Amino acid sequence: MNFFLETLVGGLLAGTLYSLVAIGFVLIYKASGVFNFAQGAMLLFAALTFVSLREQGFSFALALVLTVLVMIVGALLIERLVLRPLVNRSQITLFMATLGLSFIIEGLAQGLMGAQVRALDLGIEDVPLFVGEIMVSQFDLIAAGVSGLTVAVLALLFNKTRIGVALRAVADDTRAALSLGINLNRIWQIVWAVAGVVGLVAGLLWGARQGVQFSLSLVVLKALPVLIIGGFTSIGGAIVGGLIVGAAENLAEAYIGPLVGGGITPWFAYFLALIFLYIRPSGLFGDRIIERV
Amino acid sequence: MTATVPRLTASFDDAPLTLVRRRWRPGLLLLLLVAFVGLPWLGNDYWLNAILIPFLVLSLAGLGLNLLTGYTGQTSVGAAGFMAVGAFATYGLLLRVPGLPLPLALLGGGVIAGVVGLLFGIPSSRIKGFYLMVTTLASQFFLEWVFAKFPWFYNYASSGTISAPRLELFGHNLATPVGRYLLTLSCVVLLTWVAANLVRSQVGRNWMAIRDMDTAAAVIGIAVERDKRMAFAVSSFYLGIAGALWAFAYLGTASAGSFDINRSFQILFIIIIGGMGSIVGSFIGAAFISLVPILLSHAGQWLFNGNVDAGQLQNLQKVLFGALIIGFLIKEPEGLARLLGDLRERIRVWPLRF
Repeated sequence: MNFFLETLVGGLLAGTLYSLVAIGFVLIYKASGVFNFAQGAMLLFAALTFVSLREQGFSFALALVLTVLVMIVGALLIERLVLRPLVNRSQITLFMATLGLSFIIEGLAQGLMGAQVRALDLGIEDVPLFVGEIMVSQFDLIAAGVSGLTVAVLALLFNKTRIGVALRAVADDTRAALSLGINLNRIWQIVWAVAGVVGLVAGLLWGARQGVQFSLSLVVLKALPVLIIGGFTSIGGAIVGGLIVGAAENLAEAYIGPLVGGGITPWFAYFLALIFLYIRPSGLFGDRIIERV
Repeated sequence: MTATVPRLTASFDDAPLTLVRRRWRPGLLLLLLVAFVGLPWLGNDYWLNAILIPFLVLSLAGLGLNLLTGYTGQTSVGAAGFMAVGAFATYGLLLRVPGLPLPLALLGGGVIAGVVGLLFGIPSSRIKGFYLMVTTLASQFFLEWVFAKFPWFYNYASSGTISAPRLELFGHNLATPVGRYLLTLSCVVLLTWVAANLVRSQVGRNWMAIRDMDTAAAVIGIAVERDKRMAFAVSSFYLGIAGALWAFAYLGTASAGSFDINRSFQILFIIIIGGMGSIVGSFIGAAFISLVPILLSHAGQWLFNGNVDAGQLQNLQKVLFGALIIGFLIKEPEGLARLLGDLRERIRVWPLRF
């Protein structure tokens, strides 16, 4: 039983990191209808920038601020050079554009800052803690705490500020928002910048765990099943989806894995997502879509 | 918001007239003559091995994906998974069925890939768009895992790889560069001919109707679910044969890793750059994708006297491809095929402008 609980808790904590990546997707999808495949590349870029700055001898806080600035500039460029010319195109076209974007960002990140694995020390020690009889990683706990904090800040941003209200208006009905005088381009810039910052947080947490390297950008593939399960349009869904995927993955690897020779984590989440798709095609919390000719 | 006038997607060649008008195209015949006789005679082994064979196989794969994504509008990022099925199935057939001739093994590999494609296409009857894309991604990871995990598929080889068993046809040895080139070329020409006719048939028109608006297609009586599944099967059949050729005619030795997600993206890029919903586009896109890296590395050697870092060159290539994808999506969503078509029309009426 203890083994089961440990696996479950470990999975849930890892799931918070999936949620964090997925939230970056949901933000952009809600505000601009873009399924942003470049989220993983943004995560890599942010983490690499931060590590490079740290290596140059910048202090933690300064490096963080500078990286946030870089992500904001990046968001402005993306909005101007990619999104604005593609306005009113189909969603699949926009998706493919972000696929191209992910190539550009990855190429730039590795070209400018090198492809070797960098260690990232956030000053959190990864020591096991015991809660009752269950062993929990301290790093996982703190990472989950940071994820929770990020979500809380986002919730405040969306519900209590003018920008947040405008953002929700755009997500709700783009045309109505436009006619009310909300500047759509500005909203996109803000959303992409916020997604970049969320990517930075996720990138730092993942990077501290497995080193900052190219494989960070593959986290995007982990986040897809999370989105399917939670729905593309709900932040709450992203959180719940992340937790479900994290826990299910860990449990499956521990209990089903040995039966088929292990290594099932790469596709198990997708398998789970497929089952959800059959039952609820728009996710747990996603908007139902009604189509008309 | 600017109202854009929709351009007529049907180019001159696809017009309904072509259904009744059959003509011999001297240009096409000349091209085939050059490809079948001229190139094997003139080309050296490097050209055949490193440029022509991968170009042809990628064209075939692009064509297969184009049938699904370009013609039926079902975005798939799992193309390489079905290529792997084709490669491993062909290998298994050649290995386990004694005396099976190569064409039948290839066909069998394609059919098995088609059946697998059909299975993974079943969700398309219920879901679409991004959600469907995720299921193709699932198939990619699942198939990659299967072929790496279960030794039966690679005949318990310790390296986990499969290699070309015996490439021969009616006693002729096809293992030489020219032989492999001719094998690839024959498959590609035959399958292209089939595809060109398929997309002009009832089935092809149904597919395009589904792509343009599936709800409307269902309303006018097209069996949307059946035709979508069929597109998955046919596309996977093409991809399977392309995968077998990729493994045996080009690589020689392949493993599950030869068909990873990056290969899927590569094939998706072929049809974006070449032209979605265009058969010629698959070839132009494949030529572009396979030639640009070679040109780029030569240009790098020439510019920096060989002092350029291979890793940096690869990064540069990534940025370039990414920028090209975005550029094409913004400026010419119908890809290089459309650009060349426009150019041809302009040359035809030159010096007049219209």
